[in-house]
Amino acid sequence: MERQSFVFSIFIHACALLLAAVILAPLLWLFIMSISPAADLTAKPLVWWPQSIDFSRYGVLLSSVENSAGAAFVASLVNSILVAGMATIAALALAIPAAWAVSRTPSIGWSLYMVIATYMLPPVALAVPLYFGLAHLGLLNSVFGLALVYLTILAPFTTWLMKSGFDAIPREIEAAAMMDGAGLFATLRIITLPLAAPVMATSALFAFLLAWDEFFYALLFTSDLRAKTLTVAIADLAGGRVSDYGLIATAGVLAALPPVVIGLVMQRALISGLTSGGVKG
Amino acid sequence: MTTRAWLLMLPLLAVMIAVIGWPLADTVGLSFTDAKLVGSSGNFVGIDNYVKTLTSSNFQRTLTTTTIFAVVSVFAEMVLGVLAALLLNQQFYGRTVLRGLMILPWALPTVVNATLWRLIYNPEYGALNAALTQTGLLDAYRSWLGEPGTALAALIVADCWKNFPLVALIALAALQAVPRDITAASLVDGAGPFARFRFVILPYLAGPLVVALVLRTIEAFKVFDIIWVMTRGGPANSTRTLSILVYQEAFSFQRAGSGASLALIVTLLVAVLAAAYAVLVRRTAGSNA
Repeated sequence: MERQSFVFSIFIHACALLLAAVILAPLLWLFIMSISPAADLTAKPLVWWPQSIDFSRYGVLLSSVENSAGAAFVASLVNSILVAGMATIAALALAIPAAWAVSRTPSIGWSLYMVIATYMLPPVALAVPLYFGLAHLGLLNSVFGLALVYLTILAPFTTWLMKSGFDAIPREIEAAAMMDGAGLFATLRIITLPLAAPVMATSALFAFLLAWDEFFYALLFTSDLRAKTLTVAIADLAGGRVSDYGLIATAGVLAALPPVVIGLVMQRALISGLTSGGVKG
Repeated sequence: MTTRAWLLMLPLLAVMIAVIGWPLADTVGLSFTDAKLVGSSGNFVGIDNYVKTLTSSNFQRTLTTTTIFAVVSVFAEMVLGVLAALLLNQQFYGRTVLRGLMILPWALPTVVNATLWRLIYNPEYGALNAALTQTGLLDAYRSWLGEPGTALAALIVADCWKNFPLVALIALAALQAVPRDITAASLVDGAGPFARFRFVILPYLAGPLVVALVLRTIEAFKVFDIIWVMTRGGPANSTRTLSILVYQEAFSFQRAGSGASLALIVTLLVAVLAAAYAVLVRRTAGSNA
């Protein structure tokens, strides 16, 4: 690295501070709102730092007292986990064999590109028939129905990631195992899938985050606590007549926690997943 | 070999046909009828829905709003993202921490981001009003999301904040792939900072950035979540984008047929965008090879 002049170094540090402030200020404010007394948040001039720290809203939202705000929040939290979990598992179960097949038999690759092209489709183009279809199957306002619909988003995406993962595993290793007498499924189980474990984990995380984040289909296809997900519950709170802004902020913090923790811990894997997909395009 | 590959593809293809292929075909069918969401399954009306949609002033105004949102927010995200990446590629204290923080806005769920900014923009108690009046930049509190003049800009700021860090991370990964000896050689050759960026660094950035540009533009054109949570397309429809318009037509007004035609027009516009970009991607890839 070339030696930096003193002035340039000051400039760089100032820019870095500014960037850190831009990134952190809104997030910090969300957290501060969640621990400020309601009166501080509606005071003029606004109280930026609470006089007494108040964590009680977290208790309120995570309580399971019948018919409370907490019960509704916990139900939507459970629904989000169920829908995202089921959709992720189903997407991987569909994606892994398909991605391996395309990776090893490029001549059928065009079918994968057709699947990936569906990424461009705006969800509104499928919404009305999916609504009729779910109604017909009795799957409106059901976590199973919503998980099924989420496959429209998750399956193409995971297949795409898994394919680039399998491409990175040399087929010679598989050939060697087969030469030693292992059958196809033994080879896949003993050789290929363990080698693909990291990319499977990355794909699963991406899929889970996508499902956790989804709002449009959840808004359309769920109507009460039986299936409403967190994103819908939070939008309800934000658009409703809740007078305590701190409660809305608390719900936001809780909903953001799982993906933020995943993001921080898995940063390296997530970014390499994003950029490898990006570079290969 | 090929038969086995097709067998392994079969479950994925079957599900994709069930949840994407069939609904899409059904949307095409619906778009030629006057079907309602509840009750009437509708009569065949030919291309009436398309004619009505394309000539309606609502559609034209919404298309303009969507285009402004997509172009301005994606452009700002690209510029801010590249600037942040150039910064993160310099040496400074806390660099690793700052790089780590960049993942946070991306990880924050879209709906939480929208809710957060809605609270920040709150006309009576919001942090933006408080900060601007307390520093003397603003005389009286304003309703940022309640005035047609500021609502779209406020939305674009919220969208940029969430998305420029991802562009920055993608650009940073590309910057780190620039070989040291090339930048060193350009220094020896006397290239100034701008010449270095243009001729030495930009070629490495171009590929990943074009891909990010494509994906972000398509997403921005389909935008629904952030707008629904922050403004529902208001005030006075000043932030209504195409996806919001389709939602209103098909689900609020329950006009499934005309909603379907509108949805397909949006799909077509996105497909044209994607095709135009595919050409661009190929050209960038070609020039780098």
